[in-house]
Amino acid sequence: MSDGDILDEPEIEEHAPDALPLDAWHRAHGGRMVPFAGYWMPVQYEGIMAEHLWTRESAGLFDVSHMGQLFVSGEGVEAALEAVLPIDLSTLKPFAPRYSMLLDETGGVLDDLMVTRWSSGFYLVVNGATKWDDIAHLREHLPDEVTLTHLEDNALLALQGPKAFEALERLASGEYPLSALSFMQGGRFMVAGVECWISRSGYTGEDGFEIALPADEVAKVADAICGQPEVKPIGLGARDSLRLEAGLPLYGHDLSPEHSPIEADLLFAINKRRRSEGGFLGAERVLREIAGGAAHKRIGLTLEGRQAAREGAVVFAGDRAIGALTSGGFSPSLGHPIAMAYVAADHAAPGTALEIEVRGKRLPASVVKMPFVPHRYYRKGAQ
Amino acid sequence: MARLYTEEHEWIELDGDVATVGITDFAQGQLGDIVFVEVPDTGAELTKGGDAAVVESVKAASDVYSPVSGTVTEGNGALEEDPALVNSDPEGEGWFFKLKVADKGELDGLMDQAAYKAFCDSL
Repeated sequence: MSDGDILDEPEIEEHAPDALPLDAWHRAHGGRMVPFAGYWMPVQYEGIMAEHLWTRESAGLFDVSHMGQLFVSGEGVEAALEAVLPIDLSTLKPFAPRYSMLLDETGGVLDDLMVTRWSSGFYLVVNGATKWDDIAHLREHLPDEVTLTHLEDNALLALQGPKAFEALERLASGEYPLSALSFMQGGRFMVAGVECWISRSGYTGEDGFEIALPADEVAKVADAICGQPEVKPIGLGARDSLRLEAGLPLYGHDLSPEHSPIEADLLFAINKRRRSEGGFLGAERVLREIAGGAAHKRIGLTLEGRQAAREGAVVFAGDRAIGALTSGGFSPSLGHPIAMAYVAADHAAPGTALEIEVRGKRLPASVVKMPFVPHRYYRKGAQ
Repeated sequence: MARLYTEEHEWIELDGDVATVGITDFAQGQLGDIVFVEVPDTGAELTKGGDAAVVESVKAASDVYSPVSGTVTEGNGALEEDPALVNSDPEGEGWFFKLKVADKGELDGLMDQAAYKAFCDSL
């Protein structure tokens, strides 16, 4: 049997992986540790399928402490951030995270991230594998009056699933109840005696929370959360299959410098004022593609049967190669394979029949609107 | 004849001229939840160390190699409907294929159960 690495592509590690604050906790909970983004991380505990389905029906705790937490402040910080992000900070309310992206001069995506306005500056959460490049990019483009702090002493947890709220509500106290948070709102709360920054957000398509806290107290909070009957620890494997079902792109796979945000079908991340005014890195290409369309588009594909198509597989319309998969795998919730791909824009309409080449065979696939599994975010007044 | 093992985590058990092949319990544990298996067609000619079958978990696809050369007499059709048999009973109901062995001498050099266990412990 060949080495089927459990992650899509074995990462080339330049240095030995570092240990995250919860390293011993993961091992004690039976986590199978693999190198990922420069750290030892749990790919699974009891199994990807069981962990995936548990998160969809109850609640799962994810350690995402490999991600970069940054704080940007100082004179002129708003204008400085708007020069590097296609975000409109004039409409960004305090403590409400918003999705944005770092773009290069040619409109390629360097990373995707969350931006939150705190009292004295902006809190950014970036991807783990890109955080060092992001910090270098930001230091290069932010003026001297603006200070960038890497919050390296913070850990980050995500609690996701339809029962995430009832589990966390038992533990959280603050100026206002946890129920005051709607999707994409945040605040400060005490959890198990530890002060945490909590936002109602995540990467699974489910209701849930992301919890930033001091690294030296994270084991205590992880124990308290996993002590709730609704919650089990969940590894990277299920994190990937959950986000794929939710249609959420993964940086380094579905997002890259090769493709613009418009090709990635993420127009919503180019805030309205910025679409007319521009003035951010990469604006020329982004505005041109908003006006005239992009040559390629990120799409969702569903396959029949059980054999999955993986990243890199070529997509065909008849004899013509029109694109390639950037993510693909078996959907535990749907019971068939799903995938994301970039294809020529004239083959991107939902319902289009295409073929994917897998091991010398052509598997039939259909373009579908994402998400593959409906989002179940908590929006007050919309329940 | 006793069951033998490869370093690629296949097992093979010879009965007369026909051998049954599958993947080991260690292998299924490493792969995790198996969601798809493709077994060779009856009559397919396999070579020792060559591609014989495909096994996919949620995250990854792996090739299964034939421990010896021979002609496939039967693939395990049950795996098409229920690939998780490879997880629940890898060295029993979860077998992959049977083949008529061309040269029994090719079995020489495969590991017995004790040697395979020692090999897995060293990984």
